[in-house]
Amino acid sequence: MGGFFDIPSDLQASWWGLIGLHLQEALIPVLFGLLIALPLAQLGARFRWLYPPMLGVTTVLYALPSLAFIVLLINWTGLSTTTVEIPLTIYSLVVLIPAIVDGVRSVPEETHAAATAMGFGPFRRYLQVELPIAVPAIFAGLRVATVSSISLVSVGALIGNEGGLGNLLSDALHYHRPILSWNSVITTAVLAILIDGLLVLLRRLLTPWAVR
Amino acid sequence: MCSGQENGGPLIFCVLEGLCTALILIDAVTKRYPDGTTAVDRLTLEIPDGSITVLVGPSGCGKTTTLRMINRMIDPTEGRITLDGADIREQPVNALRRSMGYVIQHAGLFPHRTIAENIATVPRLLGWDRRQARARALELMDRVGLDKALAKRYPYQLSGGQQQRVGVARALAADPPVMLMDEPFSAVDPIVRKGLQEELIRIQEELGKTIVFVTHDIDEAIKIGDMVAVLREGGKLAQYAPPAELLSSPADGFVEDFLGLDRGIRRLSFFTAAGLELNTVPMIAVDSTAEQMAARTIPQTPYLLVTDTEGRPLGWAVAKERIAGSDALIAFGHSFTAGRDSLRAALDSAVLSPTGWAVAVDENGRAVGVAAQEAIAAAIRTAHLEQSAGSDAIPGASDNPDDAAVDA
Amino acid sequence: MNLFHYADVFFSNNANWSGADGIPTRLTEHVQYSLMALAIAAVIALPLGLVTGHTGRGGNALALVATAGRALPSFGLLVLLTVLMGLGLTPVMIPLVALAVPPILVTTYEAVRSVDRALVDAARGMGMEPLRVLFQVELPVALPLILSGVRSAAVQIVSTATIAAYVSFGGLGRYIVDGLYQVDYNKVVGGAVLVAGLALVTLGLFWVAGRVFVSAGVRRQQR
Repeated sequence: MGGFFDIPSDLQASWWGLIGLHLQEALIPVLFGLLIALPLAQLGARFRWLYPPMLGVTTVLYALPSLAFIVLLINWTGLSTTTVEIPLTIYSLVVLIPAIVDGVRSVPEETHAAATAMGFGPFRRYLQVELPIAVPAIFAGLRVATVSSISLVSVGALIGNEGGLGNLLSDALHYHRPILSWNSVITTAVLAILIDGLLVLLRRLLTPWAVR
Repeated sequence: MCSGQENGGPLIFCVLEGLCTALILIDAVTKRYPDGTTAVDRLTLEIPDGSITVLVGPSGCGKTTTLRMINRMIDPTEGRITLDGADIREQPVNALRRSMGYVIQHAGLFPHRTIAENIATVPRLLGWDRRQARARALELMDRVGLDKALAKRYPYQLSGGQQQRVGVARALAADPPVMLMDEPFSAVDPIVRKGLQEELIRIQEELGKTIVFVTHDIDEAIKIGDMVAVLREGGKLAQYAPPAELLSSPADGFVEDFLGLDRGIRRLSFFTAAGLELNTVPMIAVDSTAEQMAARTIPQTPYLLVTDTEGRPLGWAVAKERIAGSDALIAFGHSFTAGRDSLRAALDSAVLSPTGWAVAVDENGRAVGVAAQEAIAAAIRTAHLEQSAGSDAIPGASDNPDDAAVDA
Repeated sequence: MNLFHYADVFFSNNANWSGADGIPTRLTEHVQYSLMALAIAAVIALPLGLVTGHTGRGGNALALVATAGRALPSFGLLVLLTVLMGLGLTPVMIPLVALAVPPILVTTYEAVRSVDRALVDAARGMGMEPLRVLFQVELPVALPLILSGVRSAAVQIVSTATIAAYVSFGGLGRYIVDGLYQVDYNKVVGGAVLVAGLALVTLGLFWVAGRVFVSAGVRRQQR
């Protein structure tokens, strides 16, 4: 009793189980965020007038405290992982949209013109020219979104056991076992850094052409 | 003799005459980078006082490195640079830089400062008060041909050419004796560039600055340079000579290639057309009578130059047809100004003229005579002969530039 | 079930406008925590970002620090520090500062790095000392980006300072945490509206700061 990896039984999960839960709750929102952000960002990049209001709306959503966001959602989605994942999806959007827009805008005018001149249609040009060139910028956003998401999941512990590794925190207070909060913080941080490293690796694989 | 020893040894200056008052002396300077590349290789150059010296060469020839060593943006690995006889390392680096105007490509204007504030930068650094610095800035805007109304604008509101003028004004602000210019005009379009080059020559004539000018454009070098240093890759000096001499006797194949194919024609820019014999006979006013026209028709050409009553050329006419009553005129192409333009302008005018005759006008645009291609060819021959006889046909060539530099 | 209704109930209740648990008190507390955390973070991150950006060295180390800072879970850190140190301001401040340092540090570094090298070259060539180059050229030109980094940090602090309530601290988070435990949605919504409002005011203040401190020449150039 009392060791680093002794997880109280009320959490109904092993340490690895908590990690799995944590990752699931953190990464699904980022994935959804990316899927929603790509078309939105494309709209923002194409129609310049649309971008400032889009940024305004996402910034306001970002200003909502995650805690309040989660608590309010209980009304609709109950005490579930979805309640934690919806705010995280929105936070991811806030980070990803500007990153993708900047990335797409960073495509040099002449590259864009050259692709058009060679007969790329808008859709093909987007998929084969703009998106690949925007990959480094997109990944910069993806890294920030993923790391923040992993860090934020813990807040879910406040509404019951929906915070992945964060659930250890309430138990740490409940059972007066500081070691559990150490476990939560360290595991979460290491997890975030590892995933961040994986993303860096993935970016290098995807963009061998990029200047390091 | 203003000459250095071979292989970049110590220089002995002006032993015989007080002729060369070289303001900047680059003495056997080498710049090597830690990765082993040599940007500048034992370069020795005397940059004469009060004139424009151009460093020209392909990319990687070390011309910019050389320029940046003069204001110590880069320190040489070996050798030394002196300014009026004193090693540039003797004075504090920022004092040195404030005494040298610095103009770069794209001007490098501070976007957060107005035009007047940009120009006043160095005076302010030197401790002038705000009012004084501003007055100076306005004065300089005038000098470089900028409307004073632009003083409160920001750089982004100006065109590229205007920004470059501000760059020149900013460099002139503290009235430094030396101006360093690093490809200042290469980012503006050719027409604006031509204007800026002419402006620079004018400013230099008015203020007598010592200007070191870096460019990769040999035409620009020849146009504005009093002396031109051609550098080759690896930072070696290929030739250092006045532009006319560069064109007439390139030191080697590299310089010849770099000068391009038409250097013979371009060289004619350095011969004045003043000595060109003008024929004043085949010229008639538009209201001339048939008798007057007949009297002015000469055997060498079937044409007559028709001028208006003020004497300004209108066009060529075939003499016989004109006498028979035809009003038809043949365009005369463009004219050259007698006494001011070069033989190149005269030849160009003759080549472009449908009749093969060049039209010479005076400063007021009145025709003063015409010249056949043959006459121009004769003038070119005479000019070449005079030059090889060692006369002062080339301005600034009197101090025997052959000795001015040593190819390391 | 209507958010506006909850908010209306909360804000029309006179009891919520005075006393130790009144809106003025909680708002003041929240602003105090936020300002303090932002000030500490700025004092740490701004000079570091400016110097590394100016010299161009230490960019990699900086990226590591930023990633580590982001990886630390604010809520976990708060609980851990409270468990270790007991109730107090320090366990609340450290997570907020750790949250705010990375955005300020990274954007300041990037902002100074992204200043056109030709400007720096021109400034040096005219004889500006390194500190003059930094403060008279790089800082004013980089200011819009630097401000955006500080703004992002400030908004995150304001929003995250709510978790202080979880360890019995004050601030607007009180309404949210208390509301959660008392199942009083009026409180939760009221608290959330207040925090979001404060965050918007923060955004507004930074917009004003941008108008005041950023040169028109730089501002206009950017859009």
